[in-house]
Amino acid sequence: MNISTLLRQGVLIVRVEGELDMHVADEFRQRVDDALDSCGAKNLILNLEGVSFIDSSGLGVILGRYKRISNNGGKVSATNVQSQVAKIFELSGLFRIMKLYESENQALESL
Amino acid sequence: MAIKNHVKMSIQSLSENVGIARVTAAAFAAQLDLTLNEIEEIKVAVSEAISNSVIHGYGNQDGVIEFIMNLYDDKIEYIISDYGRGIDDITLARQPSYSSDPERMGLGFVFMESFMDELDIRSEPNKGTTVKMAKKIQSNTAH
Repeated sequence: MNISTLLRQGVLIVRVEGELDMHVADEFRQRVDDALDSCGAKNLILNLEGVSFIDSSGLGVILGRYKRISNNGGKVSATNVQSQVAKIFELSGLFRIMKLYESENQALESL
Repeated sequence: MAIKNHVKMSIQSLSENVGIARVTAAAFAAQLDLTLNEIEEIKVAVSEAISNSVIHGYGNQDGVIEFIMNLYDDKIEYIISDYGRGIDDITLARQPSYSSDPERMGLGFVFMESFMDELDIRSEPNKGTTVKMAKKIQSNTAH
């Protein structure tokens, strides 16, 4: 798994590549939490273009970050989600709490 | 019904091996004319079952997971067994949002159930858990 983080217009953007399963869940959680701690951003955009697989362990990390962000009044959105990952999001009900966009720019504009 | 193909693996209970198991499951399924979508579903279901054994069965401690793949005329079957802690209440464990960990969504069994056509869970506390799941296939699709 590869993760890069950047700050745009005060929003934390996390770009993830790889397969989000239990093997990478701890690192994924840690990296996002560290970035949130250090930049103090209120809103989070997850760019999942490079994510080819996700299961409930990966979803759990995303849900955990959603809880953290929403407790502080912020929003989490996801962009560039591949179809098989989108299907898992849909089945899990994550779509109901998190918006999906085609690009980072679109997600930024809607915040 | 006669088994047309069979693979049995012994997997050490390590998170690294969850990916190896699901890729192997996909390779075993590739001998059929399944859609990419169906293969993705198998990968998720197998990933959940093996993750459950690593996380819940063995509590991230050392252990052995047995992974059996069987191909029949009418279905492809995956059997995942561990000799760990077992599940106290299977009916409860199969409910959405059941999880012993607040950061997990308790969706493992929900995904297995949604993505496979058959799901059978046998478990005994302190003896282990066996998950048997299968996807039905149309006849004559095996190469």
